[in-house]
Amino acid sequence: MKQITDFRLVEKQDFGRSVMLRLRAKHALPSINPGQFVQVRVDGSPSTYLRRPISIHDVDLQQNEITLLVQQVGEGTRHLAAAEVDDVINMVLPLGNGFTIPEKNDKVLLVGGGIGIAPLFYFAKVLSEKGIKPTMLLGGKMKSDLIRLAGYQQFGQTFVTTEDGSLGEKGFVTMHSVWQRDGFDRIYVCGPKPMMKAVAKLAASKGTWCEVSLENLMACGLGACLCCVEDTVEGHVCVCKEGPVFNTRRLKW
Amino acid sequence: MVNTTIDLGRGLVLRNPVMTASGTFGYGEEYTDFVDLAQLGGIIVKGTTLHAREGNPYPRMAETPSGMLNCVGLQNKGVQYFIDTIYPRIKDFDTNVLLNLSGSTLEDYVQGAEMVSELEKIPAIELNVSCPNVKQGGMAFGVTTTGISQVVSEVRKVYHKHLMVKLSPNVTNIAEIALAAEAAGADSVSLINTLMGMAIDAEKRKPKLSVITGGLSGACVKPVALRMVWQVSKAVKIPVVGLGGISNATDAVEFMLAGASAIEIGTANFIDPAVSAKVAVGITDYCERFGFQKVTDLIGALEC
Repeated sequence: MKQITDFRLVEKQDFGRSVMLRLRAKHALPSINPGQFVQVRVDGSPSTYLRRPISIHDVDLQQNEITLLVQQVGEGTRHLAAAEVDDVINMVLPLGNGFTIPEKNDKVLLVGGGIGIAPLFYFAKVLSEKGIKPTMLLGGKMKSDLIRLAGYQQFGQTFVTTEDGSLGEKGFVTMHSVWQRDGFDRIYVCGPKPMMKAVAKLAASKGTWCEVSLENLMACGLGACLCCVEDTVEGHVCVCKEGPVFNTRRLKW
Repeated sequence: MVNTTIDLGRGLVLRNPVMTASGTFGYGEEYTDFVDLAQLGGIIVKGTTLHAREGNPYPRMAETPSGMLNCVGLQNKGVQYFIDTIYPRIKDFDTNVLLNLSGSTLEDYVQGAEMVSELEKIPAIELNVSCPNVKQGGMAFGVTTTGISQVVSEVRKVYHKHLMVKLSPNVTNIAEIALAAEAAGADSVSLINTLMGMAIDAEKRKPKLSVITGGLSGACVKPVALRMVWQVSKAVKIPVVGLGGISNATDAVEFMLAGASAIEIGTANFIDPAVSAKVAVGITDYCERFGFQKVTDLIGALEC
């Protein structure tokens, strides 16, 4: 069941262009699937009228906590990133459908680019709780984009690419040597659209099952306004309600 | 105890003046985690056309100061799909379920209205002659007195339940249009639909919307909507349903004071999915605070 809940900011970590916000609710949270998102209300920012959809980076149901990684891209996210500990932040959650949970013996690759690495943290955590050790391939423009790397590494082998070569292999995620290794059964991708399309193409060329998490401009986040549509083989569908995670076979990519 | 009942005529009785605007509340199902629909006077479901429409390409939305533009373009699966698939799921909601009907030809409107009139649990149609986002989205009918007379009188011939006509603000004299709708047999008018607008990305030197222009909604349109509701309610005798930027109970009361018999909540549903029920409670609180016995006492009670 979805809820509208006030959270208190209990911890904030600054990573330059991005911040990590750990937020605690007074009441119990509903169960949350990896890949689902929240709609955050941005208070006190006159030019920000609509909520901002942000993927869920981590969940701690015992503590009623949600953690978000927020990249500053515009007024709304800049305002959110300026929040201080003890500030109250209102969110609608959980929204959309998450990633498909793989079979126990599947070999799983999670590919993240830029701030798109955010939801893969909670996904990797849930997978490891289920006894599945994912391989992760995380890419960024530079070293500073790859935040909380040690956190990812606790859940499985983690490879890195940076465009400037400041960490891991130099180049894009699609150029990484991990693709030369044994195949994967399932590939999950979250990142900028051109990067996701490139990975989807690579996966298709190997005949590998692939899911991507899309991020379109949204208003309601509930499937009511029909603004965030993606053109699929079934026609226009709402990314917020039918997605944000889609099997690439459904997309016209 | 405040009597909140509103009778809009020809069988459309609302338990309170609050409805949700078409295109902002889905089919109601999307909001049941947040709102007990029994707390609302009615819900007006997504704009439906006789034949299915894919709508406009993405991007369909641009945020603007205190509002947003959209150019969804009436994406829907058509009247028959509504009847077969959606109606059975929502017909037993404990509130009035109204269908917003749009079209591109006169024949489409008439045939759509005939099909919808068969649906026992749909007490009214909101006739959309004011969608700004499709070439033949009915706005051609909604911006002239002859156009609106034609479409309303033809639909009236086949539709015998409550016929609400949703008016476009993109006209020079909205009161004239409302009078034409009334003369052609409308039971009520709702206003305003979105204002035509546009947004540009200066960095890219490109429009922000796929079809360049779109409809503006949200808090920013409220003063325009309020003025038009006031003008129209002075001109017509049929009930006026006010909408445009209503975000809280005070806004809703303002529309009623300006002459609206009921109101619709639109874009505010996106920001607070529970806002509609809160507005209903807030209107009653207002009546209690000022000693109004019944909510109808607010209609046109503006002192000026």
